[in-house]
Amino acid sequence: MSQAKLAHHFESVEQQFDTAKLGMWIFLLTEIMFFSVLFVAYTVYRASHADAFQYASQFLDTNLGAANTLLLLLSSFTAAWAVRCAQLGQKRGLMLNLLVTVVCALGFMGIKYHEYSHKYHEGLLWGGARHSIFKADPAQVLPEMKHGHEGGGESVWESHHVETMDPALKKQVGIFFGIYFCLTGLHGIHVLVGIGVMLWLLWRASRDHFGPDNFTAVDLGALYWHLVDLIWIFLFPLLYLIS
Amino acid sequence: MTHAHDPSLNYLNCRKGLRSWLGTLDHKRIGVMYMWSIIASMILGGILAMLIRAELWAPNNGDPAQAVLSQDTYNQFFTLHGAIMIFLVIIPSIPAALGNFVLPMMLGAKDVAFPRINRLSYHLYLIGAALLVVSILTGGLDTGWTFYAPYSTTTETSVVVAVFGAFVLGFSSIFTGLNFIVTIHKMRPPGMGWFKMPLFLWALYATSIIQILATPVLGLALMLIAVERIMGVGIFNPELGGDPVLFQHLFWFYSHPAVYVMILPAMGVLSECFATFSRKHIFGYRFIAYSSIAIAIFSFIVWGHHMFVSGQSQLASVIFSALTFSVAIPSAIKVFNWVATMYKGSVSLDTPMLYALSVIWLFGIGGLTGLFLATLSTDIHLHDTYFVVAHFHFVMVGSALFSFLAGVHYWWPKMFGVMYREWPGRIACAVSFVGFNLTFIPQFLAGTHGMPRRYWDYHPMYEPYNKVSTIGAVILGLGLVWALVNLLRSFGSGRQAPANPWGAATLEWMTPSPAPPHNFDFAPAVGDPYDMDLVRYDESIDGYVPVRPHPDDPHIPLVEPAEQEDEQ
Ligand code: HEM
Ligand SMILES: [Cu+2]
Repeated sequence: MSQAKLAHHFESVEQQFDTAKLGMWIFLLTEIMFFSVLFVAYTVYRASHADAFQYASQFLDTNLGAANTLLLLLSSFTAAWAVRCAQLGQKRGLMLNLLVTVVCALGFMGIKYHEYSHKYHEGLLWGGARHSIFKADPAQVLPEMKHGHEGGGESVWESHHVETMDPALKKQVGIFFGIYFCLTGLHGIHVLVGIGVMLWLLWRASRDHFGPDNFTAVDLGALYWHLVDLIWIFLFPLLYLIS
Repeated sequence: MTHAHDPSLNYLNCRKGLRSWLGTLDHKRIGVMYMWSIIASMILGGILAMLIRAELWAPNNGDPAQAVLSQDTYNQFFTLHGAIMIFLVIIPSIPAALGNFVLPMMLGAKDVAFPRINRLSYHLYLIGAALLVVSILTGGLDTGWTFYAPYSTTTETSVVVAVFGAFVLGFSSIFTGLNFIVTIHKMRPPGMGWFKMPLFLWALYATSIIQILATPVLGLALMLIAVERIMGVGIFNPELGGDPVLFQHLFWFYSHPAVYVMILPAMGVLSECFATFSRKHIFGYRFIAYSSIAIAIFSFIVWGHHMFVSGQSQLASVIFSALTFSVAIPSAIKVFNWVATMYKGSVSLDTPMLYALSVIWLFGIGGLTGLFLATLSTDIHLHDTYFVVAHFHFVMVGSALFSFLAGVHYWWPKMFGVMYREWPGRIACAVSFVGFNLTFIPQFLAGTHGMPRRYWDYHPMYEPYNKVSTIGAVILGLGLVWALVNLLRSFGSGRQAPANPWGAATLEWMTPSPAPPHNFDFAPAVGDPYDMDLVRYDESIDGYVPVRPHPDDPHIPLVEPAEQEDEQ
């Protein structure tokens, strides 16, 4: 296990570690501010159109959302455990935990992909999207979005009588989906970045880069990952559990 | 590191070639590259400004044939002028160029905490600047620098590229701020408690807080504009149930604090100049330090004063108005302390000091006219008139840019090891000062008489104001070019700069000019940053030297060991 390299502008390894850690915390603060824009948008529209949000939220699959929540919680746990392993110099444990973290994150993205494609096929999109069933003018909804699916089931357009829906409500449902896709999309991008970080750590771990005196990168990667999880912990109830 | 003890090596000549610059991790080189990039952007923005003033020289009487620029071109030029000057010039000017250069030296450190992130920040700046240029070449931009929806989501011009550029520039700014906060927290030398830091560092610290907290909000708000344009998400589009005023809130939540990203570091430069050129301890150190933090905090809760006529609730307007007034208090505290610093000091009117003195006048006017705008009843009349244009030019150009020039002249000897000529420097400052006032005072008058901003034409009654303003702009332009020429000439004919030409007591002057590659050959001891008795004038070098030099390094004053111990 290697020793940490001391950069020329630091006095000691401890100073270097503390500095890196503070830098990461500040970066996480900027991330929170970044997401806060969409949380503000969410709050504003939900406060003014509570009924539309409640209505729209029924189209989200709570089971899939809950499964994703569990996956991320588990991955946060393994990320923390990975840090512990790095501190103790347990290379196998470190790699195993990083691997489980990556697998959970991939599972999350898989479920997310499934949800997205389902929404897309049903036309559960913001009003401005080509395939949306919530367009202001019902005549502009694509014919294939209106009618039943090959599998036989009814389309959302039919089952929820979107054609005759109150136009004001319909607009806000569209806004809900706009916010849903922006928030989960931005979060998804962060998950992808996290997967990249974890793979990079895994690669470095395999080359014996980490050890009891040198685990800064693992520690910072895990911190980032916890934030990504934490944001999802907020997203899940705010989007899926409105009722 | 091996050559650290060769006295002829400095950070400029230790390595050569373009790649040694673009790939450097040295904060001094990064600061210097920022400075040249900012000056280049300023020239571009300045040319646009001159074209705008040329168009406004005379009214067109609604007839495009009489115009210098077409309406569309005019809209694009004022937008690009604003976007370039704000995002590429004023915001990075003092923190990224001067701050990068001096912050580690003021701490006696070898570099900022994260040199790679610092380099990334500069590269992002270049990419962001390139994207803005691409947007000019691919259809231009005509939204105004404010990117208000729904116009920005519907115009044909190349908004997506431009907002992406601003987004990237935002991250450049965030990374600078992040680096500074961490450096100040973790890399202060032993003996330098928070209240022994030079005030410039307090100012940069406060600025950085704003940069890391407010900039991401702008970044995402602009991304939502792009998403809106590309996919029609509708969050800001009333036709789809969205709310364009929400964009204004998000925009100003960043952009009001951003004006303090411009002015706070400027105030930091001034605090250094007033102390040094009055050869006196700064007056009211703690007040100045705390007022920087107070301004940073206040800056987050006043954004609504840009939206008094947007239809926000009256209660919100009243609260925002009251809060805005309170910002004047910490701002005024600083000005009073500077004036008190000069009182009974031995004031010398070197070029940086002349710029600093100009700012007292210019910031006085800029700040006080802000109060008219913060008053609800008067703002209804003044909003979107030339009064606002004049107000923000007084604070952004008159105060922030002039302070930048003060700083550039102040630290020039440390950056390049040469002295520019004093008299041309002073005269250029005076010419700019006169030109500036001639340009913008008439705009206050035109504004109070109702001349709206952002139009290509105006009623003939405003012609006299605009004539004077355009003449003033030419004079201002000449003054600025003169200052630049004078600085550049120092490379050929300037005399060798002493380590401490002005007699300041902060640490960046305790090392040769230009600085050695790792700033200090010998770790400097920390004294009071404003104890001017630590240094004395030495005629033979026309500069200042420590009264009691350290036996190992003549540039460094010997600080009482007892004094050092209590601090540790
Ligand atoms: C003493 C403190 C200040 C007060 C009370 C103040 C107040 C205001 C108010 C109320 C407005 C809105 C006017 C309107 O649109 O109707 C405004 C606009 C503006 N102020 Fe200030 N201000 C102050 C200092 C500054 C500083 C220090 C800067 C920059 C360095 C600045 C830059 C601007 C800009 C850029 C705008 C106009 C933005 C736009 O609409 O394009 N202000 N100010
Ligand atoms: Cu403001």
